[in-house]
Parts: sequence; structure tokens; C-alpha cells
Amino acid sequence: MNCQQAGPLIDFYADGELDAAGILELEKHFHDCPACALAWRNAQNLKKALKQDALFFTAPAELRRTIKAELHSQLKTESRWNVWNWNWLSAATTSVATACLALLLTVTLTRPSAEQRLTQEIVSSNIRSLMANHMLDVVSTDQHTVKPWFNGKLDFSPPVKDLAAQEFPLIGGRLDYIGGRSVAALVFQHRKHVINLFIWPTNDKDSKPASLTPIQGYNVIHWSESEMTFRAVSDLNEKELMEFVQDYATGETINP
Amino acid sequence: MTARTKNGSVDERERLKLFEQTVLPHLDAAYNLARWLAGNDHDAQDVAQEACLRAFKFFGSFRGENARAWLLTIVRNTFYNWLKKNRPPEIAGELDDKALAVEDVSVNAELVNLRHADAETVRRAIGELPVEFREMIVLREMEGFSYKEIAELSDVPIGTVMSRLARARKQLQKSLAGEFQTGGQK
Repeated sequence: MNCQQAGPLIDFYADGELDAAGILELEKHFHDCPACALAWRNAQNLKKALKQDALFFTAPAELRRTIKAELHSQLKTESRWNVWNWNWLSAATTSVATACLALLLTVTLTRPSAEQRLTQEIVSSNIRSLMANHMLDVVSTDQHTVKPWFNGKLDFSPPVKDLAAQEFPLIGGRLDYIGGRSVAALVFQHRKHVINLFIWPTNDKDSKPASLTPIQGYNVIHWSESEMTFRAVSDLNEKELMEFVQDYATGETINP
Repeated sequence: MTARTKNGSVDERERLKLFEQTVLPHLDAAYNLARWLAGNDHDAQDVAQEACLRAFKFFGSFRGENARAWLLTIVRNTFYNWLKKNRPPEIAGELDDKALAVEDVSVNAELVNLRHADAETVRRAIGELPVEFREMIVLREMEGFSYKEIAELSDVPIGTVMSRLARARKQLQKSLAGEFQTGGQK
């Protein structure tokens, strides 16, 4: 990679829009090219400056009140119209029906095979993410960036921890779709290995970390805690992956 | 608080309730975008209010996807209509994306201070950007939308999103670098 090629990629990297292969090549280039490395640092410096909370304008309370009042008064005048939109209604009905069906399926299917399918799905997602096009939606080694990123994208708040001190640095996160729902995937690194940690809410009781049967050479460890279920997937060997899981369990949760 | 009051049909009330639950929580984002685009509180409130009322009117076309992106699309359209009516000279028309061709500003020192740049300085620098660039910065850095989402939201090709963002950043770096090289005295 030369500087001309690297130039535009720096922004993509900073924006979390660069795939894993690109990141690797770019990082290599930074190593050899102080000018591009400087440009990368400045891109991050600028991003930091632009991310200040103080730059965000919050809606005045008065505006909120006016809008609410206006909407309610419209309701009175438009009540005869009945502009209920059937498209929306049918979309809502469909999604409720789908949710019911999914629930029914989860409940009806025998547990082992459902679990197997889920594990297969997780491993596939892990592999897809490594195939260089969709590892990270938010690239950041800063848990205070990763955690808020999930806000508004998920109906739950995944516990985000950084385990850099234990040599499992957090490198980012992404949204994923597993078992018919949106889940959080946190991505950690250990030497050259990537660990995907999938998290979503559950009604299951708390359970200790347990290894599942490896699939396609990937180890999977599963546990539940405080109404969240966790699946860690990696090509790391089982012992090291278990170490990661233990470190994660004892690590401190980040509250932005 | 029953839905069956004499004002408004039950369906309408439900619709409003749903709107209040799904769309209005993004009022801060709507106001923030309007505030950055319009440049002052008074106009921003007008734009945000009109956008919310329009959003309610068109709530039927909302397909339950990303409510924040959906509302911001309406804020943006409302703003540009407002701009045409109120400040026509500000519209550069079809913004020629080559017009502001980057005179290659290479910033050849690390702008570490940038990290701690005070909000006022950064705000001024963003405010100086042409509106089409400013909105890219707001959507990307403050709202965290992806290139694809920004392209859909602002109805421009994704390549344009990337080049405007790149240009906006170059300009910001340049103006903020100037700021700091003169020790912030400028």
C-alpha cells in the first residue's frame, strides 16, 4: 500500500467503515510511513474534538411542550378524518406474529437442537465477520465509545468491558442478528486471534461458563448472568478462551 | 387516562401515543441537526417544530425502521425548504463538489491540542463550513450514522458523502490548526 492509496482509507478507518483486511494493511502502512501515521493520529484528534458533548444542542423544554400541545390539538380537529394507516397496522401485526412464531419455535423445538443451531449460527457469524467485510460497526479501543454506540440500536444495554490489562483488548463492536433477534457483538483481540462475544437478554437462570462442542474448529463458551446470555467464539484454544471468559466475568462494567 | 375520550377517535389517540413513543424521543437529535443547519435557536425551533408536525402527518409512511434516521430525513427536508424561502442566497445550488477542491493542506504537526480544543472554538470552526459539509459532520460525528445511512438520509450518492466528509475534515483541521499554531490568540 502506498500513501495515495492509504489517504482516503484513513477516514474510513476512523469511521469504522474499513474491513478487517484493509485495517491490517493500513496499520502496516502506518508502521512504515510516519506521514500517514501522523494523518491518522490527527484524524483521531479531530474526531475527539468533534465528539464533545458540549457541541450537542439539546432541545429546549419549551419546544417539546409546544410540539406536544400542537399534536394534541391537531388530534381534536382531525378526529373525524381517521387517518389511521393500515400499512403500518399490518406491518405491526406481521412483526407481532413473527415474534410469536419465533417464541413458539424456540419453546417447541427440543432444546439441544435449538442450542446447536444457535451455536452454528454464532460460529457462522464469527466466520463471516472474519471474512473481512463486517467485523466492526464501531471501531474503538475505548469502551466509553463502544457502549454508547449501542444505545438506541438495541433494546438492551450490553455490559461493555475492556480487558486490555489482561491482554484481551477491546477493539470494537457491531450489531448482529442471531436466533431471530438483534444482538450485541463485542470484538476483542488476543495476539493475532479475534474473539467475538455475543450478548443478548435471556430469561434463563444464571449459569457458569461451559464449553460447547467446537464447530468447524471454533471454540464456543456459553454462560448466563443477570438476565443476559453470553457466547464467546474464537479460534483461540479452549483454555485461553476460558481465561478470557473468567477475566470478562470479573472485569469492571463500564457505565458511560 | 383512558383512550376513550370524546376528543379524537381511539385509533388516532393510539397513533399519537405510538408517535410519542417512537419518534419524539429523537427530538433532541432533530433539534441538534436543525440548530447546526439553521445556525440559531429561533430558526432551529421553527424547523424542528415543523418537521415534527410533518412527521406526525406522514407517520403512516414510517415502516418501523430507524425512527431517528426517519425523523432526521424530515428535519433536513424541512430545513432546505425553509432555507429556500427565507435565505435563498445561502443555497449554493448544485454544490459543485470540485469547487472546493482540496488545496492539499497537509498538517505536518500532530494537533494534540485538538483533543482538548474548547467547544467554542470547535463550534465556530464547524459553523464556518458550508451547510452541505456541516450536515455531514453532524450526521457522522454527532449522530454516528454510517456512510450508507447518511447517503440515504441526505439523498446523495455514498461517494459524495465520503468526499464531503473528507473535505469538511480537511477544512476543520486547517482552521483548527491555525487556531493552535497561533496559540489560540487568533
